[in-house]
Amino acid sequence: MLGTYYTFPELLLWIPLLTGVIVFFIKNSKTVKTFALLSSLATLAVSVISLCYSDVAHNPEYLVYSNVSYVWMPYIGASFSVGLDGMGFLLTFLTAFTLPLIFAATHKREYANANVYYGLMLLFQGGLMGVFIAMDALVFYFFWELALIPAYFLCSRWGGELRIRVTFKFFIYTFISSLLMLIGIIYVYLHTSPVSPLSEHSFYLKSFYNAALSTSEQYGVFWLFFVAFAVKMPIFPFHSWQPALYEQAPDSTVMILSGIMVKMGIFGMIRWLLPIFPGAVEKYDTLVITLCVVSILYASCIALVQSDLKRIVAWSSIAHIGLMGAAIFAHNETSLQGAIIEMLNHGINIIALWIVVDIIEKKTGIRKISELGGLALKSPSLAIFFLIIVLANIALPLTSGFVGEFLMFTGVFEYNKWLAAFACISIILSATYMLNMMQKVFFGVSNSLTENVTAISTGQKLVLSVFVIAIVTLGVYPGPVLHLTQGTVTDILQSFK
Amino acid sequence: MEVKWYIFLSIALFCIGVAGALIRRNSIIVFMCIELMLNSVNLLLVAFSKMHMSGLASDGSSAMSAQIFVFFIMIVAAAEVSVGLAIIVMMYRNTKSIDINFLNRLKN
Amino acid sequence: MINIFDVAYLIPLFPFLGFLINGLGRKVISKSLTGMIGSGVIFISFCLSIIVFLDVSREGFIPQNIEYFSFINIGKLNIPFEFQVDQLTSLFLLIITGVGFLIHVYSTSYMKEEDRSGYGRYFSFLNLFVFSMLLLVMGGNYVIMFMGWEGVGLCSYLLIGFWFKNNSFNNAAKKAFIMNRIGDFGFILGIFWLINSFGTTSYHQLFNTATGIPFLVTTKNSTVLTGISLLLFLGATGKSAQIPLYTWLPDAMAGPTPVSALIHAATMVTAGIYMIARSNILYTMAPFTMMVVAIIGLATAIFAAIIALKQNDIKKVLAYSTVSQLGYMFLGLGVGAYSAAVFHVMTHAFFKALLFLGAGSVIHAMGGEQDIHKMGGLGKKMKITYVTFFIACLAIAGLPPFSGFFSKDEILAVAFSKNPLFYIIGVAGALLTAFYMFRLLALTFAGKFRGTEDQLHHVHESPSAMTFPLICLAVLAAIGGLVGIPGVLLKNGDRLGDFLSPVFADSNKILAANTTSPQTGIVLMCVSSILILIVCIWAWKKYKNYDGSTKEAGAFTRAMQNKFYIDELYELIFVKPLKVFSGFLSNVVEKSGIDALVNGVGKGINYSSRQIRLLQSGMVGSYILLMVVGLLLLLIIQLFTK
Repeated sequence: MLGTYYTFPELLLWIPLLTGVIVFFIKNSKTVKTFALLSSLATLAVSVISLCYSDVAHNPEYLVYSNVSYVWMPYIGASFSVGLDGMGFLLTFLTAFTLPLIFAATHKREYANANVYYGLMLLFQGGLMGVFIAMDALVFYFFWELALIPAYFLCSRWGGELRIRVTFKFFIYTFISSLLMLIGIIYVYLHTSPVSPLSEHSFYLKSFYNAALSTSEQYGVFWLFFVAFAVKMPIFPFHSWQPALYEQAPDSTVMILSGIMVKMGIFGMIRWLLPIFPGAVEKYDTLVITLCVVSILYASCIALVQSDLKRIVAWSSIAHIGLMGAAIFAHNETSLQGAIIEMLNHGINIIALWIVVDIIEKKTGIRKISELGGLALKSPSLAIFFLIIVLANIALPLTSGFVGEFLMFTGVFEYNKWLAAFACISIILSATYMLNMMQKVFFGVSNSLTENVTAISTGQKLVLSVFVIAIVTLGVYPGPVLHLTQGTVTDILQSFK
Repeated sequence: MEVKWYIFLSIALFCIGVAGALIRRNSIIVFMCIELMLNSVNLLLVAFSKMHMSGLASDGSSAMSAQIFVFFIMIVAAAEVSVGLAIIVMMYRNTKSIDINFLNRLKN
Repeated sequence: MINIFDVAYLIPLFPFLGFLINGLGRKVISKSLTGMIGSGVIFISFCLSIIVFLDVSREGFIPQNIEYFSFINIGKLNIPFEFQVDQLTSLFLLIITGVGFLIHVYSTSYMKEEDRSGYGRYFSFLNLFVFSMLLLVMGGNYVIMFMGWEGVGLCSYLLIGFWFKNNSFNNAAKKAFIMNRIGDFGFILGIFWLINSFGTTSYHQLFNTATGIPFLVTTKNSTVLTGISLLLFLGATGKSAQIPLYTWLPDAMAGPTPVSALIHAATMVTAGIYMIARSNILYTMAPFTMMVVAIIGLATAIFAAIIALKQNDIKKVLAYSTVSQLGYMFLGLGVGAYSAAVFHVMTHAFFKALLFLGAGSVIHAMGGEQDIHKMGGLGKKMKITYVTFFIACLAIAGLPPFSGFFSKDEILAVAFSKNPLFYIIGVAGALLTAFYMFRLLALTFAGKFRGTEDQLHHVHESPSAMTFPLICLAVLAAIGGLVGIPGVLLKNGDRLGDFLSPVFADSNKILAANTTSPQTGIVLMCVSSILILIVCIWAWKKYKNYDGSTKEAGAFTRAMQNKFYIDELYELIFVKPLKVFSGFLSNVVEKSGIDALVNGVGKGINYSSRQIRLLQSGMVGSYILLMVVGLLLLLIIQLFTK
């Protein structure tokens, strides 16, 4: 034993936040990059070590064991309490695991004001970590908003031509919905029972779970939370900020946005929405799943006719997220397990996909799939990596995508056969648009635009290999991950009994 | 004297103040009218304070606080006058006029 | 002595190792070594399969279930990574590794012209394919089967589009994958339904035959079973190219010819038959599905045979012939002749692989020419190819005593006992088969050479690495049927049926026994054989001296040449509307619906703010007035709401 493990959830938070602030004051852009990479590696190390202690995740009392709690605002019943359960372990690991890879993949890129860029990236990571480890509603909300701020600046300063417009839309969208959630949090807060004599109510997670909300109150407040999470995910019809933002955001930011930030919404649904409003979830589940299925099919259809690489990836992401939403609202063991493991798998897949898309864009300068072609001749290893990532994305067995989708579909099927059947059409559509992209970009003969493309560098090969190994490992042997999150799922499902 | 006469006086002063502030365009006069309204309220406060002094709590502390409020208001009014007059002076220097309607360019 | 079942994982492991070595080392390993590794690993698997087969055919063998690790284990759902080895599996293992090995050997020569990395890529894909196929047949539950199922689909995609510079090849590959995905859609829904109804996908839990009664399956009502079996069958129509999802298979001929032989004739396309044979009890319990399977199979058999009559591409003829033969297998499954269907899978693997390899030999000799109108007279120059091709034609046409006769006849005999109409249509299909095969044979090998002068000089017999597999397969195609001689001709002749009978024991108990009398059976056999012989001779006579002249084709012939416009029809009713609909969603609903709504909210706020701003006139007087009005309003409200 490495002594007490109480500090791990905290370290995951403070390392990126502190180093993020320090990076602002470093002038040399080379040093900035190295420092940011080191910082993210340190976070990864902490995350990996904390996984060694993940046994607590199976203990129903995990909230007591791995919880760090400071007095924060005792008179309103808010404490700065953070902790890790199985799902928390998984998502903090995803965040810690992908960030060094993102930094490594974009290492060659020069950003104006690199110190600010990397500082914001690390703060972004800190905010995300905070969301995943929060055990207190106010802390959760605090980090929820904190994560938004670096995202806003990253996109609006380093993005593409239309960045201001698009980022503004994104900001307003998510900010308004977050405020709705704040109202919801306060409403639930007012119905909680105290945990200390200093205040009448409490923001503590378990107090929220046990809040005395009548069914009719649940029906109303449910939507306040739901909209906040649905916008972040996003689910149809709250998605319109997403494709444009993904198109405009700078390369490494979009990887975090699509790989990790959207998981905040899914995570929030599992951690906060389901256990607090079981009555409302049971009332509205069919409605929400229908919405999610519409989201899946709608996004898949639109992806079919997109010609921009980034847009295809963005819409495919919406389709996948829709499935996760449907699985969450099917609220049975299988579907929830599927949704949780898919958060990890989708994070890894989509970031890998963005890295390849980014490499293609940087090598050729174009994103239109009709203008590309023949890249497999010019860079065979890139084609192989891309193929494996695409296969994971269309959930081929023995890649990571399959396990999550299989469980989610099984769970949704258990809930309702027809909804599952409609959602399942996406496996046909996703194969269509993904393979179409594969063919247009990599196969065929090269044209004047792709004539001078060179093979990818060893560094890029290494980064992509890590992703591919993760994809295959998770696809062949997902047992440990499922085992890790079992406790969380059991815990959440208890509120439905 | 009954308290109602104080109330009438106070209402009269207040209405004069309102009317003056609404009708006149000279900013000094508007300013004085605002002061007039403040003072009418002060008068009312004092009157009620005196009225309740005997009837309420034995030490009359709550009725006393009305009179303390009056002092507060007077102090605030004094501070306001010093700032307000300074603004009017600056306004005159800049525009050579103290007509309040003349200075409406903020809206654009 | 090690129990072979303890090391059964080695059978798929070796091809997988071959895939890794050839794939990763494609730039460094020399071509001859690549070929050796590629074929060698399959040969090792073949040897292991023989040992497994010998062990399985022992007296008193019980199906082996070998569990390796837990793939998915959450609460009530447990899906282990397990293999199951029984008679059916061991037979498929032999077919896959045996035919697979021969085709690998053939490929070492056929693909000689590829550069080193292409050669390595080819063999790694081929090994990966064998690995996936072995996973498919060895899997102990439907999820493992699905892994192999998708894996073979992927390899098929990669190998059809092997020459990826050609975009029409890529389109064919993509089409194959997507059509298969439509089938997989049904397959995986079937799996979900199985999990939902039974809580497990393991065969040994679903159909426990050890106790003599099918296990879980009997406990559910027939609607569920019909639903599940129909969905699984949809999967089979995709993979095994049946109506309505057959159109990818002819296009798949874009791939290298050995690939067509291995994947699109001998092994992958029979996965659907394997799957139904594996779940035979499920189907037996759902008579409606059986009917559907039989009708679809029969329809496909006859429809594809008609199209094959007028195809001029040597590989396309064989492709439609494959579709048609697969239809026969489904007919067999549909009428409950499970072991006959599996028997036909086996014989078909021999003669169809032989036909494709022979076609490959011809194409190789002709320098890539595939149009049979431009061939002719090749028999003189390519003796071995000619003879082996001829044997294969006899086998596929179903002339005794070649292999196709026994398997096809067994299917048709059971079909007759179910419904004589099935039999008549089936025989009609067999006659068509005989006709187009002998047309192909005559146009290719008989008569005068119709190609260019260059080609004539180029024509030569293929090297021994190619003729060796041809000879092996020819022997198998000729005598392979003798393992299943029907009981009416030879008592205990149906060795294969007896071997497989434990797998189908429960279904056979439920299904009505064959009621046809032995005499009728022999009469039918004779009649059909004579008819086929007549058709063969007729076709041979008709096309022997074909001189290249083309007649003006009638409307029906044109429709046949154009495959009855099925591709165009699908394009018109599925692809186009989907594209238009997606475009509509993307351009109209998204842009002027949802996005406009969102932007509209912003614009609305902007507009109303602009209007409200006008209140801030900048006139101090009006502010005071508003203030006074407000005060008065408050006063009035205060007064009148008490």
